[in-house]
Amino acid sequence: MASNGIRDRVAIVGMGCTPFGEHWDRSIDDLLIDAVNECVASVPGLERDAVDAYWLGTMGSGTSGMTLSRPLKIDYKPVTRVENYCATGSESFRNACYAVASGAYDVVMAVGGEKLKDSGYSGLVVPPASNDGTASEPSAPAMFSLLAPAYCKKYGISEDELKEVITRIAWKNHRNGALNERAQFRSEVPMEKIACSPIVAGQLGIFDCSGVSDGAAAALIVRAEDAERYTDKPVYVKALSFVSGPAQGPVDPDYDYTTFDEVVRSAQDAYQQAGITNPREELSLAEVHDCFTPTELVLMEDLGFSERGHGWEDVKQGVFDLDGELPVNPDGGLKSFGHPIGASGLRMLFECWQQFRDEAGDRQLADPTLGLTHNLGGQPGACVSFVSVVGAGRDV
Amino acid sequence: MSYGIVSYGAYLPRHRLARAAIRETLGQGGGKGTRSVAGYDEDTTSMGVEAARKACWNGSFAPASLHFATTAPAYADKTNATAVHAALGLDRGVFATDHGASVRSAVGALRAAAADGGLAVLSDVRTGRPGSADEAGGGDGAAAFLFGTGQAVVAEVVGQASATAEFLDRWRAPGEDASSLWEERFGFGIYLPLIQDVAGRALAAAGVERPDHVVIASPHTRAARAAAKAFGDAAVDGVEPVAGNLGAAHAGVQLAEVLDRASAGETILVLSAADGADAILLRVTEAISGRPAGAAALPAFERAIDIDYATFLTWRGVLRREPPRRPDPARPEGPPAQRASDWKYGFVGSRCRTCARVHVPPQRVCAGCGAVDAMEPEPMAERRATVSTFTVDRLAYSLSPPVVTAAIDFDGGGRFSCELTDCSPEEIRVGTRVEMTFRRMYTAGGVHNYFWKARPAHGE
Repeated sequence: MASNGIRDRVAIVGMGCTPFGEHWDRSIDDLLIDAVNECVASVPGLERDAVDAYWLGTMGSGTSGMTLSRPLKIDYKPVTRVENYCATGSESFRNACYAVASGAYDVVMAVGGEKLKDSGYSGLVVPPASNDGTASEPSAPAMFSLLAPAYCKKYGISEDELKEVITRIAWKNHRNGALNERAQFRSEVPMEKIACSPIVAGQLGIFDCSGVSDGAAAALIVRAEDAERYTDKPVYVKALSFVSGPAQGPVDPDYDYTTFDEVVRSAQDAYQQAGITNPREELSLAEVHDCFTPTELVLMEDLGFSERGHGWEDVKQGVFDLDGELPVNPDGGLKSFGHPIGASGLRMLFECWQQFRDEAGDRQLADPTLGLTHNLGGQPGACVSFVSVVGAGRDV
Repeated sequence: MSYGIVSYGAYLPRHRLARAAIRETLGQGGGKGTRSVAGYDEDTTSMGVEAARKACWNGSFAPASLHFATTAPAYADKTNATAVHAALGLDRGVFATDHGASVRSAVGALRAAAADGGLAVLSDVRTGRPGSADEAGGGDGAAAFLFGTGQAVVAEVVGQASATAEFLDRWRAPGEDASSLWEERFGFGIYLPLIQDVAGRALAAAGVERPDHVVIASPHTRAARAAAKAFGDAAVDGVEPVAGNLGAAHAGVQLAEVLDRASAGETILVLSAADGADAILLRVTEAISGRPAGAAALPAFERAIDIDYATFLTWRGVLRREPPRRPDPARPEGPPAQRASDWKYGFVGSRCRTCARVHVPPQRVCAGCGAVDAMEPEPMAERRATVSTFTVDRLAYSLSPPVVTAAIDFDGGGRFSCELTDCSPEEIRVGTRVEMTFRRMYTAGGVHNYFWKARPAHGE
């Protein structure tokens, strides 16, 4: 794949992240103001006016850069609003990084926010473009539920066994989230309760689905060589990869619903950029897009953490637990945070930020060096995928 | 030139209501037997398409005109026959019009189609106020008859007669969902002599003394029954006891049922009594032996799915139940629907001329070889398919939850992901054989969204 990457050319030097949850008392303006202010305050002595440009990720909580500049009263700076489905927050980060790497700006901020709870709807709502009424519109859990029987069939495991596996994924993420003061859900959930939760689609119960919440997060990005002027613990960007697939899975007889080709491609690209050959060994943590529990299972294989067909065994053996070989979603994931679209990708980076700075409290991992964040948006066979690798040190 | 019927098809929906269920709930109405019930995703237009698709078996299907009759048009001030025309993929030069909105319009459509080798599509959804005789006695269904000439004719028209009378038996102001009826004996006294009059004249004109089969259809059920007595066993309505009185489709569905069992040389007298009376006398030809086996609507209706009265009321919009916390479906837009007409109405995909890959929906750029603008149309509506994977969606909006969504692989290539209908989730497996069916997906902003779903295919 032809991507040069910007390994170690930019760094995160400040971050902010609001608590995620049902913020009946806060508007999208409030959430964005809070995230930006926290991000600015995380850099001692920084004035907000030092920020040269902004990238704002939001899917449905506003259009144009004014969604950010109006509440914050940003004075005549470039503010770019981006949207890329569930990878929206990561996209604001990726494009902000490129702006610094290009030399166009010295200091930029990537911001993401989403106010989902005001709509009153269950689940996510994507505003439709003009259309002829022929698109099938299954719910998101229905689309992702197709992964489960396909996985069972391909690898010869029973549906009951798979239910145990995906139940354990939800259990693990809730267990991690219980340790995170910013999470929407802050309690452990017994496996029996997860396994017996009311069915939403296919095999998926309500506890196999991520929540619906409001939240915002922000990251301050500068050139790597300038980073230590802002903080003694910068987080360096090792890789940024994004792919948009041809979206033919749902109409391709060869697609078998056991993989996201888009994720495989974006992971390979990111590992090549970062010089990673064995992600399971080299990564200290991974924040992945656990929109539904079978998604996380499939991602373990697509991201190269598990051999094909063996991810389910690794899950059962606790490989991805907080104290496992490769902790996955140590902050609690979408499962504990919900998924305010524009904020999620930055929330994942915020966990890497905290872990690398030894600020993760009860979730703190021992000497983490490399972290991966991943988002996907769309459905099995037709999605966009983002993978980043960030690190505590600078090699290049 | 004299035209006769060259092919025909009848369609009954896959659902039925036991009339006794009405009385169990309301303490009134009901009766014996069952009535057919159009699915939550069906209307007179979609059922008309299904009937017409079953009337395509005798040689080339090229009607000179299309005449659609119903008492329950999906649209007013917009021709409904155009959607049928589009779904059947008829040539733009084929005239298409509606006849309505009374039961008698069915005869109008038949006469018009018989005049130029056209296609008559008769379709109805019969409603009535809860507890009424119309509600219990009505039924939903459709029939289609293609007229033509020459060797292909399976039933030639050998006589016809009409009588017209203005009197107040039943009526409905546009927009109302139920008809009003005058006292039954008033209409009875007028209808019976009218039926006898037209039957006598049609038979006399053809020199036929006793027809072999008699079809009698009338919204005035009692008059129809009384008239039938004179013909003894020749006039047995097998449709009404199980499917109900199908209104504008009743004569057609009965006629299709008779043609399914009639022999060459036999005569069929079709009588319709609505705002007058009409008779059409047919003689069956040797070509009848070409009718397809197993396509009959009535035997298939034995497999119908029983629904309860609350479901019936919900589907007809009488009972407005709590919706899920999801946005209402958006109105499909006119220009994109028109641009995609072959796809949306005709279910025409594309096939790459370079690598033969089938695309559903049609594409400009091939997903197989990347060729650009090298596609030819690939009609998919009559292809059967196999369920590759499926899921039961309890969150998606439907009048009949849960929604079953499946990826289906077509015989001959092509995969499509779509909703299944006419089934319960329990009967679907990976490997279930399905066929496409034209449906009204939903109505939003007064716009009916017509498209295709898959349903279990029987009789393979």
